[in-house]
Amino acid sequence: MEKSIKHTISLLVSNKPGVLTRVALVFARRGFNIDSLVVSKAQSPEFSRMNIEATGDEKTLNLVLAQLNRLVDVIHAVDHANEDVIQRELALFKVSCPPEKRTEVLQIAETFRGQTVDIGDETITLQVTGKSSKVDAFHTMMDPFGILELVRTGKVLMSRGKAATA
Amino acid sequence: MADKMKTAAEVMLDVLYESGVRHVFGIPGGNSIPIYDALTNHPLELILTRHEQGATHMADGYARSSGKPGVVCVTSGPGATNTLTGILTAMMDSIPIVVITGQSVTPNIGLDAFQEADILGMSFSSVKHSYMVTKPQDISRIIKEALHIATTGRPGPVLVDLPKDVSAALIDPTIENDRDLPGYKEIPVANSEDLNKTADLMNRALRPVIMAGHGVVLSGAEEPLLQIAEKMNIPVSTTLLGKGGFPDTHELSIGMPGMHGTAYANKALSGSDLIIAIGARWDDRITGIPENFCPNARKIHFDIDPVEMGKIIPVDCSVTGDAKASLEALLPLLEPGDTGRWNKQVNRWKREFPLKYRKEGKLRAQHIIEELARMAGPEAIACTDVGQHQMWAAHFVQSIKGRNWLTSGGAGTMGFGLPAAIGAQLARPESTVFTVVGDGSFQMTLCELATAANNKLPIKILITNNRYLGMVRQWQHMFYENRLTGVELEGNPDFMKLASAYGIKGFRVKRSSDVRKTLKAALAWNDGPCIIEAVVEQHDNVFPMVPAGATLDEMIIEAPRKKRSGAGDEQ
Repeated sequence: MEKSIKHTISLLVSNKPGVLTRVALVFARRGFNIDSLVVSKAQSPEFSRMNIEATGDEKTLNLVLAQLNRLVDVIHAVDHANEDVIQRELALFKVSCPPEKRTEVLQIAETFRGQTVDIGDETITLQVTGKSSKVDAFHTMMDPFGILELVRTGKVLMSRGKAATA
Repeated sequence: MADKMKTAAEVMLDVLYESGVRHVFGIPGGNSIPIYDALTNHPLELILTRHEQGATHMADGYARSSGKPGVVCVTSGPGATNTLTGILTAMMDSIPIVVITGQSVTPNIGLDAFQEADILGMSFSSVKHSYMVTKPQDISRIIKEALHIATTGRPGPVLVDLPKDVSAALIDPTIENDRDLPGYKEIPVANSEDLNKTADLMNRALRPVIMAGHGVVLSGAEEPLLQIAEKMNIPVSTTLLGKGGFPDTHELSIGMPGMHGTAYANKALSGSDLIIAIGARWDDRITGIPENFCPNARKIHFDIDPVEMGKIIPVDCSVTGDAKASLEALLPLLEPGDTGRWNKQVNRWKREFPLKYRKEGKLRAQHIIEELARMAGPEAIACTDVGQHQMWAAHFVQSIKGRNWLTSGGAGTMGFGLPAAIGAQLARPESTVFTVVGDGSFQMTLCELATAANNKLPIKILITNNRYLGMVRQWQHMFYENRLTGVELEGNPDFMKLASAYGIKGFRVKRSSDVRKTLKAALAWNDGPCIIEAVVEQHDNVFPMVPAGATLDEMIIEAPRKKRSGAGDEQ
């Protein structure tokens, strides 16, 4: 069994109904689980940009990439696992937070440059952005307080400098 | 504004016609009436089928035998879902067909309307591409794109779902509407580095084998393949779908590899130091367990589809591109090596382990298949269904060129044989067309006898009747301690009465000694189709056979010799 590593695949696709299903089917057929998925309009409205995080072995990944590139609606699909790219993620944490814990929670949030987006008697909702590893670290820090709800956008990425994101 | 507005359906038929399409296969229903209405006075000829599966296999046979796309037009819901088997068959074997399905009117889609099926969604995993037309003015662009995608690169099926209100809408037919396919990849061209590496491996090989697949036939690479094989003196094995890509009659031909391949092809592959796969995708019926497949041989893979590279077998060199162009570029780089001893060895295997069957005793399917192919001549188009008879036909039909051998390989679709032959006869009316079917597979699409009879197509339908689903029976016999379950075809019709019910000529043959006489009469019968029912030995098994999970050199070359217990040879 080959080692599973985390891949971030970016795709430029036609902005049409059904394209997401076609892309998802390529992953599903080989049992390649999708960890996160972001779809948004690309700079031209005819196209959409997809960022997909998935975990699996190298051989299957190469097959999946080739199969994605074979789709007529996919302009291109590229894995960025070993590249230095700009990557960001946004997360909202709703944390159990009685008044006596508030200072402590806010101090930790400050360290992560988190923002308070909602606050009440029992809860506080914080927004954190950054690399996925930073969001993971914040998750660990908030766990002891009791995370009531968590939502993450999934990773988005862009290549550095003048180079266009493939 | 044009002088005359046309319906989107009419514009669609015009685009098909202008692209060279002449026949449309299908059967109408409520949601395809606007398309059929447009066919009323159109030069496109409708071939009315009895079932949508038959229509797709006809389009497939049409495409396989001619290289031109086959076009299907059916209705929505069950009409559309009935095409899925044919679409899968075409996808697995890389066949260019365009399937146009009627659909509920646009406002009703997704609301469980009468005869609504999400055929677009169902198509995704078994088409090269698919469309739903939502704007009438898109129709000409989409049909042009569908034909282009189906026929270029690695060919395959394209589905176009056409809602009834869209097909009936009036549009200006003069609006130019060209292909717009930014994501459709160009055909890759083999790079010189890969070709040089390939040539180097081939020039140094002492025991090379070429494994020629469907890509050779699809790309028309027969000639450069022949030149390379002869120049380098390399034995050539043709896969089930590659049959005809290299002449079976050539002294370097070693027949089919794999599970029911020839003993000499499998021995050659097992003993080789270099396997050169050309347009063949290392199907599991050839490789078995990939890790155990010819581990001592280096491997080269020519394929047009980058997806196939390394998909099953890790190779030492891959050449991505069209087979014909790649082989033509490779030819000048090749220097004949020292394969003399190897060819002597391969020829010894050919002499020692020939394909054979018993000619005495009961009539054998192999006998009548071999005789029919021989008497029909080398230019005839041979079609098969799926099962034991298919493997025997692969063994005993001698193909000398591409597009004369039509069989469902990847999907293994029973019911393919008759409709594929109908499509082939329509595409090539001057050719003799015969189809070998089993009594089981034939009954899956036998309603298309009406289509063959209506169109007076002189197809010779050879039913090898052993009253069993023979291939499953063989597996149950060999690997499931002969627990025969669900394989006895009790209640088969009387095929002669069936022929006469359709107004078709019927011949029945039970004895080996009558084979030639019967086939002569059948081949002379040109007033529409005829059925030749051969009542054959019930318990014959296909050999050689590589049991599932075994390697090629562990094949069972012939039936084990046991005392006869009366029920049959292998019982």
